[in-house]
Amino acid sequence: MLDYILPKYKVRHDAIDCVMCKKCVRECSYGVNKVDDERNVIVSDNLKCVNCQRCVVVCPTQAITITDWPQVATGSSSWTQSAMQDIAKQSQTGGVLLSSMGNPKPYPVFWDHLVLNASQVTNPSIDPLREPMETRVFLGSRPNMLKVNERKHKVITKLPPQLKLNMPVMFSAMSFGSVSLNTQKALAIAAKNLGTFFNVGEGGLHKDLEAYSENTIVQVASGRFGVDPHYLNTAKAIEIKIGQGAKPGIGGHLPGEKINAKVSQTRMIPQGTDAISPAPHHDIYSIEDLRQLVYSIKEATLYRKPIAVKVAAVNNIAAIASGMARAGADIIVIDGFRGGTGAAPKRIRDNVGIPIELALASVDQRLRDEGIRSTVSLVAGGTVRSSADVVKAIALGADAVYIASAALIAIGCHQCQDCSSGMCNWGIATQKPELTKRLDPQSAAQRIENMVRAWNKEIEEMMGGMGINAIDSLRGNRLMLRGIGLNEKELEILGVKYAGE
Amino acid sequence: MFKHKGPKEGEVRIPSGCAISGIMDKSGARHDGGDILRSIALMHDRGNGLGGGFAAYGIYPEYRDLYAFHIMYESDEARRATEEYLDIYFMSEKQERIPTESIESIKNPPDIWRYFVAPHPMRLNMSGMDEAEYTMQHVFHINARIDGAFVASSGKNMGAFKGVGYPEDIGEFYRIQDYKAWAWTAHGRFPTNTPGWWGGAHPFTLLNWSVVHNGEISSYDANRRYVEQFGYDCELQTDTEVITYLFDFLSRHCGFSQEMAAHIMTAPSWEDIDNMPEELAAYETALRVVYSSALVNGPFSVILGSDEGLLALNDRLKLRALMVAEKGSMVYLASEQAAIEVVCPDAENVRSIGGGEPFVIQLDEVVKRKSGESSENIPAKEKPFKHEVGVQPRSRKDM
Amino acid sequence: MLESNEVFETVDLGTSHFTEANEAVRAALDRSDNVRLVDTEGQRYLGCAMRSGKKLEIHGTPGNDMACFMDGGTIEVFGNSQDQIGNTMNDGLIVVHGRCGDAAGYGMRGGSIYIRDDCGWRVGINMKQYEDKKPVIVIGGDAGSFLGEYMAGGVIVLLGKPERYLATGMHGGVIYLKNRIDSDSVAPGLMVEEVDEADKEFLNEVLSNYNHFFAGDTNEGAPVTGDGFYKLIPESSRPYASMYAS
Repeated sequence: MLDYILPKYKVRHDAIDCVMCKKCVRECSYGVNKVDDERNVIVSDNLKCVNCQRCVVVCPTQAITITDWPQVATGSSSWTQSAMQDIAKQSQTGGVLLSSMGNPKPYPVFWDHLVLNASQVTNPSIDPLREPMETRVFLGSRPNMLKVNERKHKVITKLPPQLKLNMPVMFSAMSFGSVSLNTQKALAIAAKNLGTFFNVGEGGLHKDLEAYSENTIVQVASGRFGVDPHYLNTAKAIEIKIGQGAKPGIGGHLPGEKINAKVSQTRMIPQGTDAISPAPHHDIYSIEDLRQLVYSIKEATLYRKPIAVKVAAVNNIAAIASGMARAGADIIVIDGFRGGTGAAPKRIRDNVGIPIELALASVDQRLRDEGIRSTVSLVAGGTVRSSADVVKAIALGADAVYIASAALIAIGCHQCQDCSSGMCNWGIATQKPELTKRLDPQSAAQRIENMVRAWNKEIEEMMGGMGINAIDSLRGNRLMLRGIGLNEKELEILGVKYAGE
Repeated sequence: MFKHKGPKEGEVRIPSGCAISGIMDKSGARHDGGDILRSIALMHDRGNGLGGGFAAYGIYPEYRDLYAFHIMYESDEARRATEEYLDIYFMSEKQERIPTESIESIKNPPDIWRYFVAPHPMRLNMSGMDEAEYTMQHVFHINARIDGAFVASSGKNMGAFKGVGYPEDIGEFYRIQDYKAWAWTAHGRFPTNTPGWWGGAHPFTLLNWSVVHNGEISSYDANRRYVEQFGYDCELQTDTEVITYLFDFLSRHCGFSQEMAAHIMTAPSWEDIDNMPEELAAYETALRVVYSSALVNGPFSVILGSDEGLLALNDRLKLRALMVAEKGSMVYLASEQAAIEVVCPDAENVRSIGGGEPFVIQLDEVVKRKSGESSENIPAKEKPFKHEVGVQPRSRKDM
Repeated sequence: MLESNEVFETVDLGTSHFTEANEAVRAALDRSDNVRLVDTEGQRYLGCAMRSGKKLEIHGTPGNDMACFMDGGTIEVFGNSQDQIGNTMNDGLIVVHGRCGDAAGYGMRGGSIYIRDDCGWRVGINMKQYEDKKPVIVIGGDAGSFLGEYMAGGVIVLLGKPERYLATGMHGGVIYLKNRIDSDSVAPGLMVEEVDEADKEFLNEVLSNYNHFFAGDTNEGAPVTGDGFYKLIPESSRPYASMYAS
């Protein structure tokens, strides 16, 4: 039968601008662009194009543009072109649809329905260029009360281990295997220079990264890849990954073709085999089992490292988070359903989980209702796109945020959603040496640093506008937010008033 | 709670500007309200006639062991309901209408009573709370649940006298010249809106605490949501209320000295901490980490009154003015220097209170007592407010 | 029983909490190479991340997650052990004179576990191997369901009978079975073969170990030749290669 899969994109080479340098041909790992010798022009196999825009960016004469495939759909709002194309693919292959990066569907983005306050008359705004402005954050658990000797200036209560962040932004888990080692190195260097943390994900810790251990969070996921006492004790903190916003409730699956020699070494599994992370941790079937795993890691690290537990934002998230706090998690990480991934079944990515803004707001409130919010740290992730999103997340109640897609976009990612193919032309989501060498860790780190430093300046500007000079006073300060275009229920869950109220 | 037409504290958040002043005799000798009245009156233009009030310590020596409740009523029903409630949970030694003067500018004052009470011993015992906590929870209950009643003050041997009007008129209305106190504080309010009700005037008080405050804090909601975890309900949505609860939480609940509580609320900057010797830096870091949400941000100057004395505090960036001066055993505080000199022209050591540097004025007897005490704080038990036993009113959220 | 003439330092655990118990055990292991725990009453994490050169003898019932992240040395349990022993174990030897609970050897990457009697459910789940690291679990009795689920490497030897869902999702390693299973019990993607000489050599080694470890116990011991054993292996190390379409 005919294969009726259509191209998604059309690559146009402007005949006047093109100088036939063939760079677009050399740069495309998908083999989209070819030279037509007879006509002496570049032609494109549109079916192969994923719109990663590598050729567009490298073309020296800006001769290339990529457009949507111009074929119009037949007009049904139910049977859209993309719904029909999914069926075309599945009827052809019998496969579960796989995709990458964050949920692309037009669900509401609540960040864009929240606006921020600024001081006018009744109290002054503060200029961060001339007045002190503090964005330092500590993550870890802590008692509600501290015992001290006031005269001798000594702390009597033993404070649990804390992570010190110069700014409330960390880089969330991306494993070696799903991204290149150069990507991880760039994140590690940036984390070190910024005074924050990067997370190695569930794929083990490559030995080249041990130099950045002071800024490293390692993950223990259900597959336990690369997890041994050395791994746990090298990191500054350990994160138990229960779930991920892009694919709540399912495990991970790194296909054998991505398990090359280096990845195999780091994951401690044979080359070429599928690396399968079970859907649940098979030592956690209930909340008290989480406590068991948390404390097994605390025992293995002699109580010197904070333990984070990361879950996907799902229906019952408030109760789950409260249980996590009571199970001994020092840091609760919530990942919203728009968060990215290196690979996920498309239907899961696009339909399972809830938005981070609502999850964060309800978790923060529940922990307060339970009187335990101040004993635990709360980190939110899953489409934090700008400094404004950071400020809104903190005002809703987060101590800090995790970013990943934003950091990747800073180093070339164009959100083509084809990470799982391992063909990434930007050298990010690939293990092919000819592609990974395109990403220089030092200059990539510089770009990430530039972005985060710029964000931090903006955070200071926004805080200053509100008359706040320490991020402590922004955390959970929901009066600094107002809602726009939200219904009563959404306002109630977010705990914010409507603009004008 | 008062019924009211317009928006009031507790329904909306009303920013206010203010004048504050305080006078204290460290020896414990008592003076009438004449000086404080003149001091606050001089700063007339910092208020707008929509709120004024006074707190006075040492005014009821004959009832020093009993809680003195000053309660404002909008109606007889409110008074009946409140007195029925008090009859259940407290034993009243004496109750009377607070004497007032008719002043032309003071319109529609509520019916204002005072009660000298002790917690009902058996109910207190059953409650699983200490006396102060028991009393506080019942004050919360009256303020939130009984329409038309508001407890203006509930400490021992102290009282708040406040209402809608300029502070000098409020002072005359309450005849504060007739009372003798070792410490006085005063407040003249400039609310942006018309709160129009008496409970919303300042000082805000809770048990022995009274707070007068100037400025609008930007950390309000962070502070509010922090203390609400520990059983405090911010019904009035005012800065003064949340600052009072922070003091109460840090001193009474966590066991810190008042100075330490103030230090936590205006913690040193990270820049300063980074330059401290290691052990001191670890100490300040631990305090900032644990009490991160108790940091008060934005412009404020505060005078805290308690049975120990007065404490004056300015925000970390010193965005508000607060002056101090001394003369013998007398200490004077005011938003403006002239408001001190008008009552004590030869005051010495006139200076401003530094940003984030708590200024503590304690009774001589308190200084003596404290010098013999341990400097380790003794926190109350981990969660003393959550006992749903005995006669503690249920959390208002459940009602 | 493992013979040893070494002197043991004894720690009496009683009903102490696991934090104190493990602190005491760690301190004892820092002082002495051989530590004997007596009156063990369900304390978790005993021998957590233990290093090589150390020996821990446990009398009583060790709690869950015994030998988690174990990195070397020997743990010998005189009694039954609970759930998740040898969780994410990296190296070393565990000998249990009794039975063990669920999910023993979860994510185990190296070392060996010898269980004299039965084991619970999901034992050897997601076991894996890497280069010279090849974990081994020997079970003298019967196994609960899901034995070797998701197994990615290493070896399980079962002398008794398996329950249902044997080795579902297995994509690496081998399970040796003393008793033949009918073809309906073989999960899709797996196959059963008779053992060859190399297998027998391996079986001879581990079964001799088994007999040696449990010689002083009352059970009769295992046949050491490996004759008549079967092996369960995956057809492919990429069981889900054609599952997805992108």
